[in-house]
Amino acid sequence: MWPGRDRCAIVGIGATEFSRDAGRSELRLAIEASVAALTDAGIDPAAVDGIVRCDMDAVSHVALAEALGVRNLTYWGVTGPGGAAPCAQVAHAVAAVVSGEATTVLCPRSIAWASAGGLGSAMGRGAGGGAGGRGSYEELFVPYGLLAPASTYAAVARRHMHAFGTTREQLGAIALACRARANANPAAQMHERPLDLDTYLAGRPISTPLGLFDCCLVSDGACAVVVTSAERAADCAQPAVSITAVAQGSGPGIQGGMLSSVLVRDDPLTWPCRWVGEELWRRAGLGPAEVDVAQIYDCFTPTVLIQLEDYGFCAKGEGGPFAASGAIGFDGSLPINTAGGNLSEAYIHGMNHVVEGVRQLRGESTSPVPGAEVCLVTSGPPPATSAMVLTRAA
Amino acid sequence: MTTVAKPMPQPTAVSQPYWDAAGEHRLVAPRCRSCRTLFLYPRATCPACLSTDLDWEQLSGRGRVYTFTVVRQAAHPAFTEDVPYVLAIVELDEGPRLLTNVIGCDPAEVRCDQPVEVVFDDTGEVTVPKFQPVAG
Repeated sequence: MWPGRDRCAIVGIGATEFSRDAGRSELRLAIEASVAALTDAGIDPAAVDGIVRCDMDAVSHVALAEALGVRNLTYWGVTGPGGAAPCAQVAHAVAAVVSGEATTVLCPRSIAWASAGGLGSAMGRGAGGGAGGRGSYEELFVPYGLLAPASTYAAVARRHMHAFGTTREQLGAIALACRARANANPAAQMHERPLDLDTYLAGRPISTPLGLFDCCLVSDGACAVVVTSAERAADCAQPAVSITAVAQGSGPGIQGGMLSSVLVRDDPLTWPCRWVGEELWRRAGLGPAEVDVAQIYDCFTPTVLIQLEDYGFCAKGEGGPFAASGAIGFDGSLPINTAGGNLSEAYIHGMNHVVEGVRQLRGESTSPVPGAEVCLVTSGPPPATSAMVLTRAA
Repeated sequence: MTTVAKPMPQPTAVSQPYWDAAGEHRLVAPRCRSCRTLFLYPRATCPACLSTDLDWEQLSGRGRVYTFTVVRQAAHPAFTEDVPYVLAIVELDEGPRLLTNVIGCDPAEVRCDQPVEVVFDDTGEVTVPKFQPVAG
């Protein structure tokens, strides 16, 4: 049996408000979310002894530790790239706690890309006249105008349509499912903005076949979670949510570079999620059929489409009909993104998915799935990713 | 009106011969002398056997559109006047795939599996291989 199974728990969650302009720094946002998570757990911020961050986070572990008045930071780590981080941050936290490197590990994600002008700007891609170098392979992509992540996922979606007959209406079912949950979540950026299929289909084209409503939000905000051992979790302020299993993986044929090179994988329609899924289900001793609710990383609608297949909820090629069947809606067999996801709650790079996974199992979601005991949380796919299974602690 | 320069390829030690060949209007790819694997993008080692004993082989420049997207909203000011433009993954007749632009046609007419051939764009500092439709 996987030695990490149910050995650790998430005992605290915290979030700032989500907006297009928070009017304060990433560090300030990270502190607010972290203090909220620690207060939620009933843990003195000074007792944090581990911090695991995302490689794209502007906040360093030392800056955050200083702000929290940490007595002794014994473990710190960084993972990614980008959206692949959140579940991997928790994986590092579990490894640190199980191995004795730390007892109380904070996993923050703070982002102010909305006020900075969006991800393209924040990544500096194509800036300064030259593209490439440092192992990025970007000189083979950026000069052609492959700048927006939307275009990468759009090309994947196009091939999926060609190979399997997937339709825009089926992708729209994913956008609408996320939006409906955001409409029930007062903290979501799209809380007051309903979306119907006609509006979805009429959305401004961004990179065909994807339109405006296939794309995630841009946000300012932060989320944080606190990981500790199952034993210590019993003494915390909130009902513990058990980390039954967490896994990272690349699968074979990992591509160099950050994102664009996913397109030149041998099979661009099968992502590292497939191998993460196999390992995750083995570690958890559970399978897709046992999942009551899922928080599936959704930078774009096809990102969800591919993951529904790769994590085993339906066969390869059947993600479109599965999504359009109602299965991913609140009353379906696999309600997804119950706070609205990246598409409609906020783009906190997937850490908001972890927070919502915990809320579901505590019964605190604004869309509580009745009797939910097992929640899948996934993080951003290429070029290697992470996911976890959370369960209501016994 | 101010024109924003397009980002030009910044060749690395590994990819320099690829761009040099493009400057001579030749499309090339590394072939492993050890296991004979032909691959793109250019890498320092053979992805099949890790050999560093690589040769550059000239390709036919013909292939098919594996997938594509028509960019309708520019993510960089240098591309504002180009929209709509086609980004495509072309699968070459020899097997490897690369990202490119399909030019010389109405973007609305591009299809998966459409036959294309290489053309070389010399308008920037570095010559860039692009593709155009051919009767097929």
